[in-house]
Amino acid sequence: MKQRDEMVLLGHGSGGRMSQRLIEKVVIPALGDSIVEGALEDASSIAQVDGEMFFSTDSYVVDPIIFPGGDIGDLSVNGTVNDLAMRGAQPVALSLALILEEGLPMDDLAKVVTSAGKAAIKAGVKIVCGDTKVTPRGSCDKIFINTAGIGVARSDLNISATNATVGDVVIINGAVGDHGSAVMLAREDFRLTSLVRSDTASLNHMVANLVSAGINIHVMRDPTRGGLATSMVEIAESSKVSIRLDESAIPVKREVMAACEILGLDPLMVANEGKMTVFVPARETEKTLSIMRSHPEGEDSAIIGEVVEGIEGRVTIRSTVGGLRIVSRLEGELLPRIC
Amino acid sequence: MKYLDAFRDRELAESLAVKLRLTSKKLPRPITLMEVCGTHTMAIYRHGLKSAYVPDNVRLVSGPGCPVCVTPMGYVDAAISLSHRNDIVIVTFGDMARVPGSNSTLARERAKGADIRIVYSPIDAVAMAEKEHGREFVFLGVGFETTAPTVAVAILTAERDGVKNFSALTAHKVMPEPMDALTEGELKIDGYICPAHVSAIIGEEGYRPLVAKRKIPCVITGFEPLDILQGVTMLCKQIVDGRAEVENQYRRVVRPEGNRKAQETLNTVFVKSSARWRGLGDIPDSGLSIAPAYSRYDAAIKFSITFPDVKENKACLCGEILRGLKEPADCRIFGNACTPETPIGACMVSSEGTCSAAYKYGHQTV
Repeated sequence: MKQRDEMVLLGHGSGGRMSQRLIEKVVIPALGDSIVEGALEDASSIAQVDGEMFFSTDSYVVDPIIFPGGDIGDLSVNGTVNDLAMRGAQPVALSLALILEEGLPMDDLAKVVTSAGKAAIKAGVKIVCGDTKVTPRGSCDKIFINTAGIGVARSDLNISATNATVGDVVIINGAVGDHGSAVMLAREDFRLTSLVRSDTASLNHMVANLVSAGINIHVMRDPTRGGLATSMVEIAESSKVSIRLDESAIPVKREVMAACEILGLDPLMVANEGKMTVFVPARETEKTLSIMRSHPEGEDSAIIGEVVEGIEGRVTIRSTVGGLRIVSRLEGELLPRIC
Repeated sequence: MKYLDAFRDRELAESLAVKLRLTSKKLPRPITLMEVCGTHTMAIYRHGLKSAYVPDNVRLVSGPGCPVCVTPMGYVDAAISLSHRNDIVIVTFGDMARVPGSNSTLARERAKGADIRIVYSPIDAVAMAEKEHGREFVFLGVGFETTAPTVAVAILTAERDGVKNFSALTAHKVMPEPMDALTEGELKIDGYICPAHVSAIIGEEGYRPLVAKRKIPCVITGFEPLDILQGVTMLCKQIVDGRAEVENQYRRVVRPEGNRKAQETLNTVFVKSSARWRGLGDIPDSGLSIAPAYSRYDAAIKFSITFPDVKENKACLCGEILRGLKEPADCRIFGNACTPETPIGACMVSSEGTCSAAYKYGHQTV
C-alpha cells in the first residue's frame, strides 16, 4: 500500500485506520507547529486567561477553494481570528473542523491545511482541537471548513457595534473589494484573468497595537460578506446613529474597480477578508492612523467618513462626482459561496 | 488621468453643471426627459446626480429600458413550467432567476430541484449542451439589441457545431419602437436620453426614423456621470434652439452606423415581430423572433410553448413606472411588501429596475 493516498475516500472519515492515516500523514504534518499537544484528545484544556473571554465561530464554503491571494485554509483561520479581534480580543485557541468530499485530491487537502496552519502561526494562535468527516461525492463540494475560536480581551475595553457616537471618525485599513472580486474572477464562469488578489489576512496584531496604545476604540468591524456598505448600515442601526461616507476617500484598487465595472458590482458591496473599520473619537484620529499605517495590514489606512447627527440607522455617501445618496445593505446574495 | 476617475471628476461635473444651469434657464417651460435605459437610471441614482446637479425645471424620468422589467409574467411562467421537465435544463442570466411568475420564481424552482443554471454568456449553454447529449438545454433569451446578437451567435454556433439539444426561449425586444409608442402616451416627453450600449449596436441611424416622425430630440449618452450631465445639457440645448435631432454624446463608443457585424448577425437569426411589454402592452415590430430558417432552435416551437396571459398584481405600479407616469415612491407596496428581497413587481427585481435603484440608493431626499 502507498504511504499516502492520492485522494480522499469515504474510508478516511470512518474513524478507523484510514482516518488515522489521514490525520497522521496529512493533516498533522500540514498543520506543523500550529497545533498543541493533546489536540487529538476528545477535548483540550485551555489555560486560565486573564480578562474578558470571547467565543466565535464561522463556516467556510468558498468556491473555488484555492484563489489568488489565499485559499479556504487561511481564510477559515483569519476569518475567526478577525471576528474575535473586532471585539478587541486576542485569540487563544482555535478549533478546525474539515468536511471533505470524497474524491478531493490529497494534494489540495494538504495545501489548504498547510495554509491554515501557517495562518494560525502568523496570528499567534494554536489549533487545539479538530475533526474530519468525509461525505459521498456530491454531498459537499470539495471541502467545507468550520473554525471556532476563543479569545481574550482586556476587561476595561468596550468595543461593540452599538457604540458609534456622533463625532466619531471612521477609518479603514486599506482598499475594499479585493476578496470578493478575486474569488469571482477565479471562477471559470468569467474566463477573465486579472491581477486581483484576495486580501485575506489576520488583523489581531494591528488591533493589539491600537489597544495597547490606549486608543479609545468605539467600534471595530470587518466588512466581510455584504462589503463595506452593509457593515456601515449594520453599525448605524445598532448604534442608532447616522454615518456619512466620502466615496472619493474610500480606497479601491484600480484593478478591483475595473473588475467591478465589468461584473456590474459596487465595490462597496463586495466582500473583504483582511479589512476592518475603526470608529474613534475625532481627537484620536491621527494617533489611530499612524498606528495602523505602521502595520503591514494598514499601510493604506484612510479616513472614509464620520458619525453625524441625523436619521438613526441612515448611511449616506458623497459620491465621487459630488452627489449625495443613501447607502443600503446588500439584499439577497451578490454571488453565493464567496467565503 | 485614469479612465473611470476622469468621467467621475467632481470639478468637471461642477463646471458641466454650470453649463447645464445656464442652458436650462433659457428653456421655454419645465421639461421632462426620459432615460430609457436602466443602466442610466442606476447611474443617476448611484452618483446622486439629480439632487446635486439637475435643475428643477428639468425632470428626469425612467423608461422601459430594463429587459427583465418589461418581460411579461407569462414568459416567466412558461419558463417555470419548462423547468419542471426532467429532460430540460434551463440556462439563464442571473437576474431572470429571481423574477416572480404567477406563483413562483426560477430560483425557487431550482431550490426545489429543477435544473436551472446561471451563466454569463449564452455560448456557455451551447457548450453545456454539447457535453450532455441526453438532455435539452433551453437558454432564456431576454434583452435588447445588446444581448440579442449574443443569442444569435449562440444559435449560429449550435448550427455550425451540429448541437441539436440547444434552443432558446426568446423574448428579445428592440428599443426605438417603444420610444415611438411612448411619445403618444399620457406623459409628455420632451427628449430622450438614448441608451449607450443599445446605441453601440444600432448607431445614430437607429433613431433617425423616430426623430423624423416624432420630432423629438434624442441624445445618445454614455453611462458615466459626466456623460449624463453632458447628454442632459445637449437635450436642453436642442429644446432651447427648437431643434429635434439625433446627437451623439457617446462618440468614443458609438459610431453613426453602429455595429454592422452585430446587426448582420441579428438580422440573420431574428426577424422583427410584435411583442408584449410589461406595462406597455403589445407594440408592433418591437420584438425579435427567431427567423423561420432557425426555427429548430426556437424553444417555443420545439416544445410547443404558449405564453399564458397573466394578470399582474393590482397593487403594483410597475406599468405606470415603466411609462414614466409614476415614481417608485408613489407605489403603495414599494419598500414594504415589495423589496429587493421579496420583489412583487419586476422593476424591483432587476438590478437595473427603477424601483430597485430607488430602494438601494434612496430617493433624492437624503
